[in-house]
Amino acid sequence: MFGYYLDLALRSLKRNRVLTVLMVLAIAVGIGASMTTLTVMHLLSGDPLPGRSAHLFYAQVDADPTPHGGDHREPSDKLDYRSAVDLWSAHRADRQTLIVDSQLKATAPKANMPALMLTMLATTTDFFPMFAVPFQYGGAWTAQDDAQRARVAVISADLNDKLFGGENSVGRTLRLRDSDVRIVGVLKPWRPAPQFYTVAGGRFANGDTAGYFGKPEDVFVPFQSALEINQGAFQQFNCWAAPATPGHLENAPCNWVGLWVELDSAAKTAAYRGFLDNYAQQQKALGRFNYTGTRLRDLMGWLDFNRAIPRDVKLQTWLAFAFLGICLFNTVGLLLAKFLRRAGEFGVRRALGASRRAVFAQCLTEAALIGFIGGVGGWLLSLLGLWLVRRQPTPYADLAHLDGGMFLITFVLAVVVSVLAGSLPALRASRVPPALQLKIL
Amino acid sequence: MHFRHILNALGRHRIAVALLVLEIAFSCAVVCNALFLIGNRLERMQRPTGVDEAHVVEMFIGSVTPGSAEAVMAQTRTDIAALRAIPGVANVAVVNQTLFGNSFSASGVGLSDDAKAPRISVTQYMGDANLADTLGLKLAEGQWFKPDEFITEEQLEAGRSGLPVIITKALAEHLFPGESAVGRTIYAFGANRVVGVLDRLVQPRDSGPTESYGYAMLFPVTLPYTEGAYVIRVKDAMRRDAVIQDVLRTLKASGPLRLISPKYAFTLESQRAKYYRNDRAMAWMLVGVCVLLLVVTAVGIVGLTSFWVAQRRRQIGIRRAIGATRGDILRYFQTENFLIASLGIALGMVLTYGLNLLLMAHYELARLPGYYLPVGALVLWVLGQLAVLGPALRAARVPPVVATRSA
Repeated sequence: MFGYYLDLALRSLKRNRVLTVLMVLAIAVGIGASMTTLTVMHLLSGDPLPGRSAHLFYAQVDADPTPHGGDHREPSDKLDYRSAVDLWSAHRADRQTLIVDSQLKATAPKANMPALMLTMLATTTDFFPMFAVPFQYGGAWTAQDDAQRARVAVISADLNDKLFGGENSVGRTLRLRDSDVRIVGVLKPWRPAPQFYTVAGGRFANGDTAGYFGKPEDVFVPFQSALEINQGAFQQFNCWAAPATPGHLENAPCNWVGLWVELDSAAKTAAYRGFLDNYAQQQKALGRFNYTGTRLRDLMGWLDFNRAIPRDVKLQTWLAFAFLGICLFNTVGLLLAKFLRRAGEFGVRRALGASRRAVFAQCLTEAALIGFIGGVGGWLLSLLGLWLVRRQPTPYADLAHLDGGMFLITFVLAVVVSVLAGSLPALRASRVPPALQLKIL
Repeated sequence: MHFRHILNALGRHRIAVALLVLEIAFSCAVVCNALFLIGNRLERMQRPTGVDEAHVVEMFIGSVTPGSAEAVMAQTRTDIAALRAIPGVANVAVVNQTLFGNSFSASGVGLSDDAKAPRISVTQYMGDANLADTLGLKLAEGQWFKPDEFITEEQLEAGRSGLPVIITKALAEHLFPGESAVGRTIYAFGANRVVGVLDRLVQPRDSGPTESYGYAMLFPVTLPYTEGAYVIRVKDAMRRDAVIQDVLRTLKASGPLRLISPKYAFTLESQRAKYYRNDRAMAWMLVGVCVLLLVVTAVGIVGLTSFWVAQRRRQIGIRRAIGATRGDILRYFQTENFLIASLGIALGMVLTYGLNLLLMAHYELARLPGYYLPVGALVLWVLGQLAVLGPALRAARVPPVVATRSA
């Protein structure tokens, strides 16, 4: 029966080409717009570390003792150096890592290349297993390297391609500012979205958080080594008094270090919360803190708190779905016109014994076929839309590709939308009284 | 006109009419709000900064070998002298942060030294005696810093207080509403006496609530080039790019090996364009959505009206046969569309308002000004009339002889 309905639907679509084209176009444009924005939304709102994110937490304490540093309802987004190092070296979590990023000049090993500006992440060895960072060559440095301030580095796939043409560069040296570091590992292409581990300050960003979706750093260096190598080039998140020497923040009254911990069970999480609270109380007793607020948000909670999805992207998604809604109304109207014009044909079918249900099914088949063709159009339009997104000057532009899941959703959405749109006209068509129509014929 | 006949006829197609009304209403709501959003973005992109942007060029230098503080300061003086000698350069200064740049320096500012006094975060510009002239800043009240008031970075870091300050009019009005700020004291770096009020100078980037965009302070600090950037005033805005080339050449010749690259030399106007590029992209996207939406709505109107014309061929023929002119038929469909569009627009106004409330709640948007409503209404009326014209003309061409034929 379905085959027969499909045949009827095809014939009907061919009969009034203009109307068919209009309907297909309306659905295609609506689907194209919504799938483009939905894909971007999906890319930006996803879990950067599915399966692991629930065990990763961002720790905060409130080191600023002055009353006017914010309202103290929330601790600062970053830690001061002393708290960060205290908490990290206590090793109370399953894994823990410090995060500071900075920019520095690097000289390429090939003499004919000009100096490069690179981004460097100062971190500790746990960073790599904690965040499931994939290696192409070599591996992470050791805890001993962290302790001995070894001059070693892990570099990104991009930098390895740029400097070493993509070959195994483990053991080669790289000159970071005035220090030579030995490369111990090369990452595979790695592009978490957002670059969650440096996310901070979202509540001050006025919704402009596109910067969170940039590429990971070019060079990863043991925390203390990096602080020595790039002395004076560090940016504070905030200070409650002017630092004695800008850029030298170890002893400065400034927040600038991030601490991520991995806690594998709820009991450990609760224990760590207690540990943070104790630390804050103890520091208050020592006179270093005035405020004892602490936070331990899990990864997705931290992204939510920072409202990591750019506001414009959300707005675009709303807009696209309003647009799809209007296309839906449009399709309902056009299908209604189309079906009612064929009232005579349905009258004959009813008179020959077709049930209302059969007419209804026939009409829905036609609507679904239009939806499917519209879906193909919508898929092509969303490819065009994503191509346009990739040409935008946003940091996440390179991420905008349609994956398999979204490809399927495109067609499901198109067919569902058109079947929904077709159901009212189909209901009306199935109610055509046979006798009246036959008389007119 | 025969409104009643039209309404009677429409009553026979209640569902189709309801669909058209809804489609027009939703289009009206989305188009009005989208136009408002576009207006907002355009307004944002055109905010003045208080700086003579056309004549200002910025140059950042990465320093490979900074050397001692004295050496860097000496190098800064050498650079400035060399830059001044370039024909086409009117003035040169060093500033700690540039408009639309990446760095943002701010301090808590209050009206009392008391730690519990309320404070707001205000951005601070620090620069030498040439900064005001280089940027083309205009003083509204009071006076510029005196030459002996400029201190060095070391003196600032040593915690020297009592530094005079120049604040913007917007900040002055916020701190001292209805009074003159000149001669008053604010507390930022210790106690700072306000010596002048600037017409306008804005934050380097948006931070905090919208109204604080115009809050800024200016301190008399002579900085080395490593703590900020060179800002250069050109004599002729048309020759900016040539001056940038001269600046690069001069700086490369003037000192030790440093990272001097055309990538770090900008005109302020290019920085503005870059800063607002997302707003521009968003505005264009909204324009695209509006156009597509109107096209889709027009398609719906054309489709349904065509269907009605086809359905009513015989009636049209009868009306023609009993004396209606082509013009009568044409006007009939135009009036019909006008009625439907008006219904849609009326409902659309309510939806527009609702959508605006939703956007206000989620996107900190302002209330939609009333004049967007008639604009949206006009757009949809015109669109409706244009869309109906084709089918209505076809209807007007139906010959009277159709009346004599059976369907």
